Amino acid sequence: MKILVPVKRVPDPTQKAKIKDGHIDLTGASWIVNTFDEYAVETALRLLENGADNTRTAGSEIVVVSIGPDDAAKEIRTCLAMGADRAIHVVAKDEEIDSLAVVKVLQAVIAAEKPDFVLMGKQAVDGDANQVGQMLAGKLGWPQATFAASIEMSKDPVALTVGREVDGGVEYKKVPSPAVVTVDLRIVGPKAVQNGVTPASHAYSGEGARLPSLKGIMAAKKKPLAATKLADYGAAAAPSIKELSVTLPPPRPPGQIVADIPTLVKKLADEAKAL
Amino acid sequence: MGNVIAFCEFTGANLRTSALSNLAFARQAAQHHGGNVVALLVGAGAQAASAHAAKFAPTVVVVDDAKLANYLAETYAPIVATVAKANDASVVSATATAVGKDLMPRVAALLDAGMASDIAKVDGKDTFVRPILAGNAYSTVQISTPTIVVTPRQSEFEAAAELPSAGTVTTAAAGDVNAAGAEFVRLDAQKSDRPELTDAKVVVSGGRGMKTGENFKVLEELADLLGAAMGASRAATDAGMVPADWQVGQTGKIVAPNLYFAVAISGAIQHLAGMKGSKTIVAINKNKDEPIFQVADYGVVAEWEKAVPELISEIKKLKASR
Ligand SMILES: Cc1cc2nc3c(=O)[nH]c(=O)nc-3n(C[C@H](O)[C@H](O)[C@H](O)COP(=O)(O)OP(=O)(O)OC[C@H]3O[C@@H](n4cnc5c(N)ncnc54)[C@H](O)[C@@H]3O)c2cc1C
Ligand SMILES: Nc1ncnc2c1ncn2[C@@H]1O[C@H](COP(=O)(O)O)[C@@H](O)[C@H]1O
Repeated sequence: MKILVPVKRVPDPTQKAKIKDGHIDLTGASWIVNTFDEYAVETALRLLENGADNTRTAGSEIVVVSIGPDDAAKEIRTCLAMGADRAIHVVAKDEEIDSLAVVKVLQAVIAAEKPDFVLMGKQAVDGDANQVGQMLAGKLGWPQATFAASIEMSKDPVALTVGREVDGGVEYKKVPSPAVVTVDLRIVGPKAVQNGVTPASHAYSGEGARLPSLKGIMAAKKKPLAATKLADYGAAAAPSIKELSVTLPPPRPPGQIVADIPTLVKKLADEAKAL
Repeated sequence: MGNVIAFCEFTGANLRTSALSNLAFARQAAQHHGGNVVALLVGAGAQAASAHAAKFAPTVVVVDDAKLANYLAETYAPIVATVAKANDASVVSATATAVGKDLMPRVAALLDAGMASDIAKVDGKDTFVRPILAGNAYSTVQISTPTIVVTPRQSEFEAAAELPSAGTVTTAAAGDVNAAGAEFVRLDAQKSDRPELTDAKVVVSGGRGMKTGENFKVLEELADLLGAAMGASRAATDAGMVPADWQVGQTGKIVAPNLYFAVAISGAIQHLAGMKGSKTIVAINKNKDEPIFQVADYGVVAEWEKAVPELISEIKKLKASR
């Protein structure tokens, strides 16, 4: 089985947002693999391994694809170090692409790679758009299972039953291969992914995605990473969504620490008129 | 061109409150485009909610078909796209709910439309303001495609008021309903008598410091005293203390109540992203250095075990004195 994982590199969200010339100033920023995409790589690994003895399913392949600037190669290597087998880096400046352009490139990559599933983050934590996965599925005419909090894989025919956190509960949706699945936070829970190979009793750490091991980091240096260009996929650097400007919200006026609960209730009633 | 198609979720004979925010957005967008608002109801039983929808939109299009009994993006998206084309839509919108977020990008793909998700403001015909970086910044974006798809954020658009006279209701056929192989299996519903998190006036949230699900009972008592909805941090939902759909934050619900209680929550940026818009924020935390105190209007440095029961009894006293 082959799984394609589109990943985006994003500025580390713990940094304070700064503005320069009306846009986010990213000079000197540190970068990470979008957390949800890191979870998608983890999910792909959990689908294609025996978690109990750490062996990969024979003939399985995880291909990572990222559209981003030159130095995004570093974050792509991180995914390889986690255990992905191969990567495609479509080199493009961030301002040259938008969701539709990313989708166009991914569509072309999928036509060439023919993966059984596309597994990706539900949203990039810089733009918070939450749209590429659904758009991609729509363009491909494939089924989609978004916001996956659990996945159970069944064989003959190959399908994924996905637990989706929706308003008012958890919805279970079954999608056959090929399909697009976007993952939510709880997909990295100890037993959230069941692949029929890893014993159901096996519990992953629950601490999120695995950290690359030293061995993984060494191995990643030798794994194939193909650099390509937007034009190779018939995509133009002409985004239909343009950011005009960015502003920072005004800070909340400073609050107060109150001495005790009776004071709090009094202030909520008299001052804030909230009770 | 020029009309705004507002996909509206409903339950029984009524639109959901979230849909009224979408209609409020749609009115603003329609003004910019010189067109009309068309409310679109899709689903088995949609007809039942059409009269309610007609109170808020001059035109209502209903696609009611037994084959649409369970929502699936695969079957709904082509219907929304077809209705949009048939009604000269320049904007197609749905509130950024779980359904709206799942559906609308797929619709955008079918319409070759640029899309702005989770918008907070309309800033012209093709220009919208939306939060980025977990709400730490606001980006103004301009979309140049002929059709634009938008998901407005419920907390940023006040529910539309009724029109002076009811609109007209028309129906459209579902056409070929093709799920592309996807199947709805089941919904494990989380039932609650409390108001919905996203439209509650008061929200009481608990975090990891509550330690167990059992301990949340005291917060639920506070919530019920105030007619509040329950919320939680990711740490509390991940640990299985409370249902996942209580999660407030960047990846959970976005809430903006009059009053928000954050109890035993540290105030990570991803949590703040979901509640910073609240009018009055109260934090109860045993550690005075936590970031939650930087956004709180009122902070109490205390252990919840002592503070919350006291809060309940003080509020009861206050209520009795009125
Ligand atoms: C991609 C991504 C998305 C995320 N999305 C969300 C999201 O949508 N929502 C969200 O909430 N988080 C989200 N998170 C997680 C977030 O970063 C934090 O980890 C989480 O909010 C922490 O939850 P907490 O405040 O309950 O736990 P902690 O940070 O562990 O804080 C517990 C607090 O309880 C206090 N406490 C302990 N005991 C007591 C006591 N007896 N009395 C009073 N106070 C006590 C402590 O002082 C501490 O402040 C996301 C993270 C990532 C990476
Ligand atoms: N530039 C990109 N390169 C590769 N994948 C991307 C890119 N942008 C977005 N994605 C994928 O699309 C998902 C959703 O992103 P978004 O719709 O931008 O929030 C991400 O989690 C990634 O998996």
